[in-house]
Amino acid sequence: MGTRKAALVAMLACLAALAVLPFFAEKFYVQLFTKILIMGIFAMSLDLLIGYAGLVSFGHAAYFGVAGYVLALISPQYAAANLWTTLPIAIGASALVALVIGALVLRTSGIYFIMVTLAFSQMLFYLFHDTKIAGGADGIYIYVRPAADILGWKPFDLENVVHLYFVVLALFVGVFMLLRVVLKSLFGRVIDGIRINEHRMKSLGYPTFRYKLACFVLAGALAGLAGYLAAIQFGVVNPDMMAWHVSGSVMMMVILGGMGTLVGPALGAMAMMLLELGFQSLPEMGGINIGKHWQLLMGSFIVLVALLLPYGLIGMLTARRQGEGASHG
Amino acid sequence: MAEQRLPTGEVALRAQAVARHFGGLAAVNDVSLECRMGEVHAVIGPNGAGKTTLLNLLSGDLPLSTGRIELHGRDVTGLASHEISRLGVGRSYQKTNVFLPLTVYENCRLAAQSRLPSSMRFFRDAMRYGAPAEAAERVLAQVGLESRAGVTLAALSHGERRQVEIAMTLATSPRVLLLDEPLAGMGAEESVRIVGLLQKLVRDHAILLVEHDMDAVFTVANRLTVMVNGNVLESGPPEQIRASSAVQEAYLGTDDTAPE
Repeated sequence: MGTRKAALVAMLACLAALAVLPFFAEKFYVQLFTKILIMGIFAMSLDLLIGYAGLVSFGHAAYFGVAGYVLALISPQYAAANLWTTLPIAIGASALVALVIGALVLRTSGIYFIMVTLAFSQMLFYLFHDTKIAGGADGIYIYVRPAADILGWKPFDLENVVHLYFVVLALFVGVFMLLRVVLKSLFGRVIDGIRINEHRMKSLGYPTFRYKLACFVLAGALAGLAGYLAAIQFGVVNPDMMAWHVSGSVMMMVILGGMGTLVGPALGAMAMMLLELGFQSLPEMGGINIGKHWQLLMGSFIVLVALLLPYGLIGMLTARRQGEGASHG
Repeated sequence: MAEQRLPTGEVALRAQAVARHFGGLAAVNDVSLECRMGEVHAVIGPNGAGKTTLLNLLSGDLPLSTGRIELHGRDVTGLASHEISRLGVGRSYQKTNVFLPLTVYENCRLAAQSRLPSSMRFFRDAMRYGAPAEAAERVLAQVGLESRAGVTLAALSHGERRQVEIAMTLATSPRVLLLDEPLAGMGAEESVRIVGLLQKLVRDHAILLVEHDMDAVFTVANRLTVMVNGNVLESGPPEQIRASSAVQEAYLGTDDTAPE
């Protein structure tokens, strides 16, 4: 119980640090952490599939991109869209795409599941890349961020960097709490059982396909939330949002951070993005521009974590999963 | 005669000429049997006789090649295993089939949770549902594992895992039990307890039992079916099976686990 209390204290300390960050940090870092928190939401949504349901989806960028595109396509070109209508529509679109793709891909398992999830996300990528929908390969700009007005009252302004940061932070915390609750529910227990032993779940009377599909849709919807926020932050959506390397890097965040922990993947998102920035800003040494070849360093980092930390970065902090593999107590 | 001592309860499970072919191999070939409420129907036979495959057909783990299965008079041929389970058939496995990282309690609670109308409930804590918790405690007491409730399955002995396997099957409140070698790997004391449990359970269950422990089989079974190479060699009350020269020759006589 001591470790549980320590974990809670550590989490609250992180939250407090994140809450005061905009009052001390420069605008650049506020934007960076906005991006990290968005990727944290994205990574937690994928952890629901990989870490909890045991579904290794290699096409999670599809749902991230769909919501971004939906926002771009339904926004008026030179005026603000309404946050309260476009957010549910964008998330709903991602959920719907996840429902359709999930209904097909969940008929496979193992290595084939990885392949078909990748195939579907690549199909979406090329749909937007090779056709004139939403600007083709160049993508489409969102010139004005959605407005949050409620009957003339403006609770916050997404054009304001600090406001956007706090909205994203609130949503990050909200998603974390939501997933914590869901994972402890009847549904969460079923998902846990399916990861551990799907055959037994079937013979105990659970129609496992239905539960996996619900999980896939939930994960897609939350990835959609992240994609919507990313589209707002960058003011542009393009096919690269759905590209396979985006699916790959979010998967890396989940695995490096520690799958099946929620906190781990969020930590993984932060570690990878801070390291990317750190490596890129390294000075030229001995005539070699190290910063330009930062991916070599990132690769080494990934190899080191894989070799030394079988339970990811979070495993280093908690050491509680060792030998057990139980995802939660 | 012996026939008259057979239980006359309602036929719970009826297999009619069921068969399963893997390529050219008939793992189960034209097997018909019944299991009544209040009856332990044991299926015995040498390794490879098709006993486990037969259970897989009855539980919906494997689709039939041909034949028909009825449950309480209802045609359930072709239903998936989760549907068969929901109709009140509990299956235990020869190869322990449990949730290793979870505790003994959670294994049983999760099994019992399957009897709730739906688990598509996303918000309320699973621990706050009373019925699965009560069922878990009940079955742990039945198999005598209350004191191990908080231990993960990975930390249990093989024999204890076998007991959890049975407890989980019971936690789904089945009326028909399909037990695949429940005693395999258990110590003598554990076996005695489980045999005693079967004798208690049979009063309001129909039990189809695959088991190699012949002492146990002849202690609890009201009816036996002997399988060899996917076919039924003989079926009847224990006295008839004991007396059968065909069975002696094919199975009992050549095996040192034979009774007497």
